[in-house]
Amino acid sequence: MGYVAIRGGEAAITEAARLLDVLRSAAGGEPLGVDAIRDQLGLLVDRVCGEGGCWEPRLAALAVKQSRGDPLEAAFLLRAWRSTRPRLGATAPHRGSELRLVRRISAAFKEVPGGQVLGPGSDYLQRLFRYDLLDESPEAFRSAARDWFAGAAPAEVPATLPKVLDALRAEGLLTPPRPPLEAYDVTREPLVFPVPRPAALAAMARGETGGLLAMAYSTMRGYGYLHPTVAELRYGFLPLRWPHPATGQEVEAGEVPVTECEIVAMHGQGDAEGEPPRFSLGYGCCLGHQEVKAIAMAMCDRSLQNGAERGAQHPAEDAEFVLMHIDGIESMGFCSHYKLPHYVTFQSDLDNLRKSRSKLAGGTDAASAALAEVGDGR
Amino acid sequence: MDADSFGFLDAGARRELRRACFKAVCIPGYQVPYASREMPIARGFGTGGLQITLSLLTPEDTLKVIDQGADDSVNAVNLRRFLLATCPGVSATTRTGEATVIQTRHRVPETALRSGQIMVYQVPYPDPLQIVEPSESRRRRMHAEGDYARLWVRLYEDLVRFREVAISNRYPARVHGRYVIDPSPIPRWDLPKLHRSAALHLFGAGREKKVYAVPPWTVVEPLAFSDVPFQVEAFRRADGGRHACTRCGADDSYLDEIPLPGGGRRWQCNDQDHCDGRLAARSPAGAAP
Repeated sequence: MGYVAIRGGEAAITEAARLLDVLRSAAGGEPLGVDAIRDQLGLLVDRVCGEGGCWEPRLAALAVKQSRGDPLEAAFLLRAWRSTRPRLGATAPHRGSELRLVRRISAAFKEVPGGQVLGPGSDYLQRLFRYDLLDESPEAFRSAARDWFAGAAPAEVPATLPKVLDALRAEGLLTPPRPPLEAYDVTREPLVFPVPRPAALAAMARGETGGLLAMAYSTMRGYGYLHPTVAELRYGFLPLRWPHPATGQEVEAGEVPVTECEIVAMHGQGDAEGEPPRFSLGYGCCLGHQEVKAIAMAMCDRSLQNGAERGAQHPAEDAEFVLMHIDGIESMGFCSHYKLPHYVTFQSDLDNLRKSRSKLAGGTDAASAALAEVGDGR
Repeated sequence: MDADSFGFLDAGARRELRRACFKAVCIPGYQVPYASREMPIARGFGTGGLQITLSLLTPEDTLKVIDQGADDSVNAVNLRRFLLATCPGVSATTRTGEATVIQTRHRVPETALRSGQIMVYQVPYPDPLQIVEPSESRRRRMHAEGDYARLWVRLYEDLVRFREVAISNRYPARVHGRYVIDPSPIPRWDLPKLHRSAALHLFGAGREKKVYAVPPWTVVEPLAFSDVPFQVEAFRRADGGRHACTRCGADDSYLDEIPLPGGGRRWQCNDQDHCDGRLAARSPAGAAP
């Protein structure tokens, strides 16, 4: 026996999907190229990759196109695709010092070993419209990169630089690095609280940028103030080492762009009794060029450590509160689900309310029914 | 499509889900955490039920999918489409009696379930304590200690303030004398159907990543005080009688209240298959108006 035809819904669903496509093309013009989205809307693509939980920029660009620019919907598409991919394994821990830097800044020191590398950044832009982009000629568009590369001096900066915090560590002013904890794959293990720090970091790395920012901003405004300083923010390409299938020796299998942020927070007591106070660290790291997200993540990480040590006193110190509410795919899905019909439960609500009102008015079940029918017009 | 890709889920996910379901059956009412996969359907639209169904189906199964009691509501259509596309060989039906697996949102069919059938519920909130305690870690502890005091207090306070328990659906029920469950947003009308039911009832919360079960023939008792009995929706008329379905005439089914243009209401069976079945039984030609 095959498929039994069902009335109604099927045609409605098909037409709804078709209309979305109509909206995309109704105004005419050229279809958006996926490569153009990837190359020219890079920050959006990075965000989709980050929240989607995998580095796949071309599919992320397709997701942006397919979702007509909705970042949540695009990240959802990428996640759904990702969950069908097999997990090949886990790499050995990689260090941020291995990043091939594009940009690296420290707010903690005027100068740092290796120097500040401003790189591409929008921090000092004057947010004024560039009306020339309204009608950009292909020639002008191409010349920007061409001219820059033509005039670029050979690289003076080495590809990798030491971490700013190394010096503070050497001086003993910073919590010493702990042995790496085992990675926690949040896609294969549910979060059952309390969760180890790697689980929190993994959940935040694919968290929704706005959600994470709201949590971090609450600490900045005083709900668990951290007194943070951005010791180092770096953006670059992390070479991925992977054991060679034949020799077992680690080889570089590729690279992935990441943004990494380390914040130094107010000093706390040393680990053991009688130890001198030390700075403590908050850590953020996410896929692509996502500076606000990396900083917010570092602040939330530090804030969650506070909560774990002395009990949560503020929302952003509560691991369950933070981690269960920052996932864009889950929160967006559940918010949308309220659009589904709920008339069975609403009928039950109505029944309940009518009965309660009748009883409060001193009536019986029958009177409750009478009350129910007041609005019936019969 | 090879054996590995039947049912969309990879082998690891399917194994994990089946294990979680076994554990749930072994500890009736206990919420088993599992690593819920992202589905191509949005969270909140039935991904928990969908994953259970995908892990259960075999090509020999006959599937029924309902949402709000209807087989043709858009979400039910969408889920059925996905299930049939990813599980080739599975047949679909709208008849409760013919189905081996029934995935549902918000209703239990009116037709009595039989042994061998499996009900799969889409669950938004797996925890009945959620209405009194927001933190999941604290709720887990309360369940472990069998501490449902705050839920009882909530029921009592409702009675004092409203003369009624204000929980209209998702009514908490104790399973096998131990764990209290959220039976998913089914109306109170459906809750007694879980008590000593011949079928297996599996509950999947995809977003909250939990699976729980009411095994066949298990005792399911709605939380109620001995002097204030649990009551289902009444559908009372002004004259004290009960509304009946304007389509099939049933006065023993859960009804939809449909406001009419210009005032007044019409009442109609919510369970579409049940209503169709009654009409078909009345006219041998089976023509539904």
